[in-house]
Amino acid sequence: MMTTTEYRNLAIGAALFILAACLPFVGGAYLLTIGVTIAMYTVLATSWALFSGPTHYISLATAAFFGLGTYTTGLGFEHLDYWLLVPLAAILGAALAAIVGVATLRLSGVYFVIFTLGLAELIRQLVTWGQNVSGQKGLYVLTDLTEVHIYWQLLVLAALVYLTGWLIGRSRLGFALRIIGDDEEVARHSGINTARAKVLLFMVSGAAAAATGAILAPRYIYIEPALAFTPMLSFQVVIMALLGGTGRLWGPVVGVIPFTFLWEAISASFPNQTTLLLGLCFLAIVFILPKGFVGLLTTIRTRMNAREAFS
Amino acid sequence: MKRRTLFAAATAVATLALTVPAFAQETLKIGAVGPKTGPLAGGAAVSFWPNVQLWAHDVNEAGGITVGGTSYMVEIIEYDDQTNPGETIKAVQRLATQDEADFILAPYSTGLNIAAAPIFQRYGYPMVTHTAISDQIEDLSNKFPNMYFLLGGATGLAGGVVDVLTDMREAGEIGNRVAMVNVADAFGIELASVGKPQLEEAGFEIVYETSYPLGTQDLSPVINGAKDSNPDAFVAWSYPPDTFGLTEQAQIAGLAPKAFYTAVATAFPAYAGRFGAAAEGVLGAGGVYADGDQFKEYAARHEAVTGAKPDFWASAPTYATFEILHQAIEGAGSTDKEAVAEYIANNSFETVIGPVDWDENNSNAKYWTVGQWQGGVFKGVASTGRDGAVAAMPKSGWE
Repeated sequence: MMTTTEYRNLAIGAALFILAACLPFVGGAYLLTIGVTIAMYTVLATSWALFSGPTHYISLATAAFFGLGTYTTGLGFEHLDYWLLVPLAAILGAALAAIVGVATLRLSGVYFVIFTLGLAELIRQLVTWGQNVSGQKGLYVLTDLTEVHIYWQLLVLAALVYLTGWLIGRSRLGFALRIIGDDEEVARHSGINTARAKVLLFMVSGAAAAATGAILAPRYIYIEPALAFTPMLSFQVVIMALLGGTGRLWGPVVGVIPFTFLWEAISASFPNQTTLLLGLCFLAIVFILPKGFVGLLTTIRTRMNAREAFS
Repeated sequence: MKRRTLFAAATAVATLALTVPAFAQETLKIGAVGPKTGPLAGGAAVSFWPNVQLWAHDVNEAGGITVGGTSYMVEIIEYDDQTNPGETIKAVQRLATQDEADFILAPYSTGLNIAAAPIFQRYGYPMVTHTAISDQIEDLSNKFPNMYFLLGGATGLAGGVVDVLTDMREAGEIGNRVAMVNVADAFGIELASVGKPQLEEAGFEIVYETSYPLGTQDLSPVINGAKDSNPDAFVAWSYPPDTFGLTEQAQIAGLAPKAFYTAVATAFPAYAGRFGAAAEGVLGAGGVYADGDQFKEYAARHEAVTGAKPDFWASAPTYATFEILHQAIEGAGSTDKEAVAEYIANNSFETVIGPVDWDENNSNAKYWTVGQWQGGVFKGVASTGRDGAVAAMPKSGWE
């Protein structure tokens, strides 16, 4: 049964979604470009947090799935209908996540982090090797899709991610994950199949990132391993999600939006110090907002409650 | 304010004080997007950014771009795209809509240019690329009619090597045996895949062939393998780090064939800086008409203004694309993007690399393909139709 609050939250979500979908009609081309960036990182950070939030497993594999998606479009778009490619990328992303998950999610802590970081590099090297054998260089995805199409596709994907996250949160799986996050040992003793739960969530996260890559391939047009599997992407997603906070479904987007504007302001004003200033921002986020905006809100609320209790 | 190149304004003021105030002074905002960080920052720092600076300096010092009775000073707005196509797209979009740039210089490298092409197209900016090398120029120019290509393609670059080797063989300087290696990354792969059949067709015997991943530190197995095959010519379709690594290893191992070719970055001044006299006779990708007055003057200005020497491949063509834009604005007699784009399409241009015109795919069909270090200068020895090539000479060891 759904409570009134849940109905209210769903309604707010739907309203925000419709509002976001209207951006191309009200904002100019520049805002739309920013919008694509925000939508892209919203999908990536939210789906990342779906897995990493409750389990506390830091995954740096986003670039691996994203690159897999761009290559699905790059290789497939001359042979298959474009609209089949995004779901296909999602399936491939989920399959890769399943394989990786089964192999590694029994690892924990730093081993898992290192493995996921290596995964993007591994796939990139495999693609490069394939190119070296076949003698083929970059791929070209020349389509008639414009930024508006890409933006709307990303929005729909974001809505799907939110819906999935919301459903998982309500399900036995979501409950199991929260227990795993608190204490994996306890979870196992309570009869939860921890490996299965983690792999399932990792698959959701991988599918979303791969679909994002597939959608964005026509925007980049030219696909090559160095661009598709750039490790920077994985780190950006993590930092944005952490800025927002992973404790709530809406946490990451609260990080993505200010971070995108901050990034834009830095890129526009300090073209010679961009990377340096971004690094300083990363440090500031980790030190000042270790639990993100969500954590900040919780702290404020707790303090206010405490004050009321004393008065 | 920091993002505006201050010297542009300063030069403008200085020139204003000196020139007769017969012309009204206006400013053209010119956008420049390229990597200042990320994997391609090193290449852009040699071939792209200094030329942006030099061009703005040259134009403003000469009194600006003259359109009708007005001379326009240029003001450069620079952005770092971090070698990330998403950032290139954002920066070009920002230039077009926020800064309302009058013109935008083409970005750096193949991938970043192609990612930005739809935005150049949408706003009607002419896009004369300097560092986009593609085997799909026909498709691209159909899709983006404002896009032009100056640097040539892999087929021509590899073909140049085969021509040079064939000439050396006919002169009796080398035999038939070629050792061919390539870096397993992007351009190295493409050069190898078009180069191999061309070598075989020309009757060369490939006695050793291998590839190595980008970033390989120890290249001694590659060089030792090549040396064991006792080649007459060593051809490496290489990238900057391994171009240096292979040359060094060849010196150590004593691999000294009469023809020694490494691809990208052989034309960099840093190559001669590193290897000194040993670089003499090394063949590499690119080249210029190094003895031509145009290049000599350009190189001297480049060094005086930016403090660095231009490279002997992409630098001059990069500057040439800016010259083309300059001439097209003056030729069209308008700062209207469409008029300028149309002028570019229908005219040929006199530039630092010589005359430039376009084939049916908006591509410059005449470009340098192979150069050779001769007397401390990297001279063009083969091209697809440029004047000024010198004969390639056999290399005599590493001394």
